[in-house]
Amino acid sequence: MAGFVARRLLYLVPVLVAVSLLTFLIASLLPGDLAYVILGDQATPEKVAALRHDMGLDQPIWWRYVSWLGHVIEGDFGRSFRTGQTVLQAVAERLPVSFELMLLAEFGALVIGIPLAIACAVRSGSAFDRFMTGTAFGMLSVPAFLSAILLIYLFAVELRWLPATGYVPFAEDPVGNLRCFVLPALTLALGEWPVLMRVLRSDMITTLQEDFIAMARAKGLKPSRILLVHALKPSSLTLVTVTGINIGRLIGGTVIVESIFALPGIGRLLLGAIYTRDLVILQGVVLVVAFGYVLMNFIVDMLYAVLDPRIRHGHA
Amino acid sequence: MATLELSIDEDVAVSPVARTRRLGPLFWAAVVWMVVVFAAAALANLLPLPSPTDMDMLERRAPASALHWLGTDGLGRDELARLIYGARISLTVGLCAPVIGLTIGGALGILAGYFRGRFESLIVGSMDVLLAFPPLILALAVTAYLGQSLLNLTCILGVLGIPAFMRVARAATLTLARREFVIAAQALGATHARILLRELLPNVFLPLLAFFLLGVAVTIVVEGALSFLGLGVPPPISSWGSMIGEGRESLEIAPRLAFLPAITMFLTVLSFNLVGDALKALTDPRQSAL
Repeated sequence: MAGFVARRLLYLVPVLVAVSLLTFLIASLLPGDLAYVILGDQATPEKVAALRHDMGLDQPIWWRYVSWLGHVIEGDFGRSFRTGQTVLQAVAERLPVSFELMLLAEFGALVIGIPLAIACAVRSGSAFDRFMTGTAFGMLSVPAFLSAILLIYLFAVELRWLPATGYVPFAEDPVGNLRCFVLPALTLALGEWPVLMRVLRSDMITTLQEDFIAMARAKGLKPSRILLVHALKPSSLTLVTVTGINIGRLIGGTVIVESIFALPGIGRLLLGAIYTRDLVILQGVVLVVAFGYVLMNFIVDMLYAVLDPRIRHGHA
Repeated sequence: MATLELSIDEDVAVSPVARTRRLGPLFWAAVVWMVVVFAAAALANLLPLPSPTDMDMLERRAPASALHWLGTDGLGRDELARLIYGARISLTVGLCAPVIGLTIGGALGILAGYFRGRFESLIVGSMDVLLAFPPLILALAVTAYLGQSLLNLTCILGVLGIPAFMRVARAATLTLARREFVIAAQALGATHARILLRELLPNVFLPLLAFFLLGVAVTIVVEGALSFLGLGVPPPISSWGSMIGEGRESLEIAPRLAFLPAITMFLTVLSFNLVGDALKALTDPRQSAL
């Protein structure tokens, strides 16, 4: 196991370096000079040249990358030239909101997906199974911003049960905080559960045909115990991988949902940086998100290896 | 893009009964819907439609009438015309971007799967870097620097699709390259180019095509998301995503302004998913072996 972790960690280094290089190149090579953005179109060439010199933009590109990477390794991701806030401060302020949203969404997706998957697997081929599989397939074609509009219309406009937008910090009012997360989390969960359900259902159908399930039945164990204890655990391997693969989609969905429901998370930070052309924050946030994404995938890989010994011994 | 990968390894336990029904009425309904949307988008100029950009401030959010079949939007523009012209944007981006992914990703995948070795490691490694970014984040960031235009949007979404197509092509090539007909061709002294183009390409093409249709569905969704956020094609050009975004503002007074483009988009995405899935099931050797 230690050797496996070491090998994966070693692979992480070039990926992270390449990710930082790509982030830097996107920001540097594409049209749009940072100095002009800061000073505006009316700036005199002398002023622009002076600012470029101050910011080091007149240095060769490889040198700029190396010095930028040096700062990043020291934990200095840059500072917004609009608000004066450092990237790390801005991210740290908003990360809890995005994290809470993603956790609640994943939780909601599991709460919807697992019982449905079990119910379908038990009666695979039945009318209920076909209906739910069809619904799940249809739900895969509903993007987050569609279900968000539908949920807002139903629960905020028509029924007036929940707020459509707004954010209350958890420390101020825990109940209000959860209330404002219901619709955003549900929006994301509606996109996630079909994927989880389909995967778990097909794994579960395979597991239910195994000898040890027949054995448990023969012993006269309660069906609920067979399903939840004997069958669910060995069937959830793929579920873990899919959860990992889905993190990228979830992060994208978070951006859209935060924008629709006005939640002050990372996604709104990113969009705000794009709308105001705050390129330093943009570059910093993209890098932080990509690093976080790579690390989360690494953790999922590890989790998978813990669950399935075959991965550790060379199949990966 | 990461969203594309989901469809690779699902549907293992499809019963043979379900598969014989695959090309049922639902499949043909999807095909018909695709044809209708295509035809409307292609012939938009010839149809007797009001202009999608002409504003009529006296007729804002007007209900359906003989002049405006689906009513007007918040600026008094004809909703049906905007839907049809919006289909042009969604279909242009939705079809062109996956073509970029299919061509480049497919070529890289076949080459990597055939030549193996260091070349394969290089390709797979660089695709891993592209996959290390959540796709929507990368699309947003690059759009922010490049600026909003139809061409930029198409290119960005196309590049984002390359890794997924590369994986499908490589996986298919890896299994095919060990088959008898390839070994026979090698034994007969066929050149690499001949094996790649005449033996491998025709066989890899079908799974790639099925995946292409699923890619179209994903691309339409991502284009919709970008336009919804105001970062797609610039106004006043209509796109389904931006129409939904505008309709959101008047959800209380005229919910149909958000729901009409939403339903159109849902049906289109669903159609591509249905047809792509049916084709995938037909071309997947694991299932057709039954």
